[in-house]
Amino acid sequence: MIELYESQRAMRNMRKAAMQRGVVAILDVGSSKIACLVLRFDGSDPADDGIGSLAGQSGFRVIGAATTRSRGVKFGEISSMGETERAIRTAVQAAQKMAGIRVDHVIVCFSGAGPRSYGLAGQVDVMGVTVDEQDVARVLSSCDVPDFGFGREVLHAQPVNFALDHRSGLDDPRGQIGNELACDMHMLTVDAQAIQNIAHCVKRCDLELAGLASSAYAAGVSALVEDEQELGAACIDMGGGSTGVSIFMKKHMIFADSVRMGGDHVTSDISMGLQVPTATAERIKTFYGGVVATGMDDREMIETGGETGDWEHDRRTVSRAELIGIMRPRVEEILEEVRGCLDAAGFDHLPSQQIVLTGGASQIPGLDGLASRILGHQVRLGRPLRVHGLPQAATGPGFAGAVGLSLFAAHPQDEWWDFEIPVDKYPARSFKRAVQWFRDNW
Amino acid sequence: MQQVSPPNSPRARKRKLASHDPAPSRLKYRIERLKLTPGFRFATRVLLPCALGFGAVSLWFAAEENRNAFNQMIVDMRETVESRPEFQVKLMAVDGASAGVAEQIRAALPIDFPVSSFDLDLGKMHETVVNMHAVKTAQIRVREGNILQIQIEERVPAVLRRGDRGLELLDDTGALVGPAQTRSDHVMLPVIAGDGAHDAVPEALELYKVTGPLRSRLRGFERMGARRWDVVLDQGQRIMLPEDNAVRAFERTIAMDQAIQMLSRDLIVVDLRLPQRPTIRMGSDATEALWAAKQE
Repeated sequence: MIELYESQRAMRNMRKAAMQRGVVAILDVGSSKIACLVLRFDGSDPADDGIGSLAGQSGFRVIGAATTRSRGVKFGEISSMGETERAIRTAVQAAQKMAGIRVDHVIVCFSGAGPRSYGLAGQVDVMGVTVDEQDVARVLSSCDVPDFGFGREVLHAQPVNFALDHRSGLDDPRGQIGNELACDMHMLTVDAQAIQNIAHCVKRCDLELAGLASSAYAAGVSALVEDEQELGAACIDMGGGSTGVSIFMKKHMIFADSVRMGGDHVTSDISMGLQVPTATAERIKTFYGGVVATGMDDREMIETGGETGDWEHDRRTVSRAELIGIMRPRVEEILEEVRGCLDAAGFDHLPSQQIVLTGGASQIPGLDGLASRILGHQVRLGRPLRVHGLPQAATGPGFAGAVGLSLFAAHPQDEWWDFEIPVDKYPARSFKRAVQWFRDNW
Repeated sequence: MQQVSPPNSPRARKRKLASHDPAPSRLKYRIERLKLTPGFRFATRVLLPCALGFGAVSLWFAAEENRNAFNQMIVDMRETVESRPEFQVKLMAVDGASAGVAEQIRAALPIDFPVSSFDLDLGKMHETVVNMHAVKTAQIRVREGNILQIQIEERVPAVLRRGDRGLELLDDTGALVGPAQTRSDHVMLPVIAGDGAHDAVPEALELYKVTGPLRSRLRGFERMGARRWDVVLDQGQRIMLPEDNAVRAFERTIAMDQAIQMLSRDLIVVDLRLPQRPTIRMGSDATEALWAAKQE
């Protein structure tokens, strides 16, 4: 397991270097757009205990923001390296031009790559009287890692719960007296290929990768309010090419998945159904789209336009009811898939059934009504938190992932690789191992 | 109609793609990033212009003729400004000085007018004027109207000193004013003599003030041993005054003279060096008369 996390540790060090420098870029590689935010950390790290001012977001400020139409990304995965690289270059250049400063470190999130969640449990006997760092390290490494298959890589591995003897729900067991330490961990694996592709694209842009995150997780961090994260809620990030699902409980992500359908599929349905180009279909969708038809919609006619030269073809009109008739089945299908994901995760056993819809595709009018019929009654539309300096254009639900990633960059959750390595996993001649032997025997 | 470039040619496709794709080329992207690097920005905005400017100037100055031309230009410019009529001083006015002193001053400051006021060294001129004996204080300035104004306060002669160099005029502080030709030119001034007489001029003047009835008989004051005054009267009489309270002692002498006409008798010296014990030295006739009286 150690060698598996070497790259993650390297990224953590890179992130520390970026924080020291004070400037880091956030890159949300999506299927419909690539967003880049440039953050400046002003060094005023909020207090460790408690939340700190402005809900802990006072540590950084957005000084540059840019979006560009995504090219070469499908289903949240890179399908064409060159196109994606150019798109990233466009976004990064525009953002750093706005910021007026060069950025070298970038934290990336992406939605696809087939995320799979695993719940891990581990248990060890406490060696001393009180639990110390080494006990935590041992209990984390004692978690029985499932066989997640060849060609997959761990994206997140977050301890979500510690239990000491009969007491569960501990945040920080260090210093407590007990005999048996157990932990629960949530692990998210994705296709290694996708990570490698993104790393390569970022490297081709002369940037250093300082972190990776799942955009479902990032969207949940920014779109769920604090009590929802605490009591349990699901965040559904409806993007262009894929829809991410993440479930939060006690401020930890406990499940994440993605549905490989999104707003682009609605657009392509419209394009096929109305026989119009994709760009026109996208325009019609954003201006007239909806999922609940009323009598008024039968009379509202939309000109589809065209430039073929054929008058009959170019002057076609379609009623809004027809458009809704095309969109609704696809949106229903997406939501049904999400329902399936939530059922598989056992979401209906959670104490709170709150569902938050966010992402660019969640802006379809009437979506919350449709979603509450499919997913349950407690559905709301979520927008990302407000952070310092974020331009008005980047405050919509489509930027939930980018904003969440900013928060994640400022205050990352402890992952497995942030804890100490257990001593017996060190190489045999390690100096640290010798120190630990002395400490144990003297 | 002829089709210039078929719509599906690679070039046309590339152009279409380029118009769709706003992405910067790799080189452009790198240049842009380099431009945004703080050190590079500082270098291009501050260091490079400074270095260019400095380099160009030093290159230009490296040539001898350029340097000379530059210096010549500065000199010419300075001259042009200095020779403007606004700065031309046309004449000198000496105020507060008697005709003789004014003549001396004009002789001591040989300036051929008109001259630029930048060429006048007022400090040096002031020094020259003040160093003249007859001048107590002087103010030199260039007045509006381009006149060199010299305001003089002359020393006023208060006493005559008779010394090795003949008669000299001193003012009331003892400073030299100038030589005097004859005693009769300055009848109203007292005469002093002796070593260090000029250091005690104020005391001599006080003594002279209280002379009163003796003034017609007064010949002068002599400084004895640079220490005390002797009042010299005609007929070889002399009043030796003490070091301290000389004026009091002198007044007492005058009082005695008025009471008993002491000084009109035949005595040579009234010695008041010990004020409690005035002593007189009689003339030879008086002494003999005294002896004769005693032997009777």
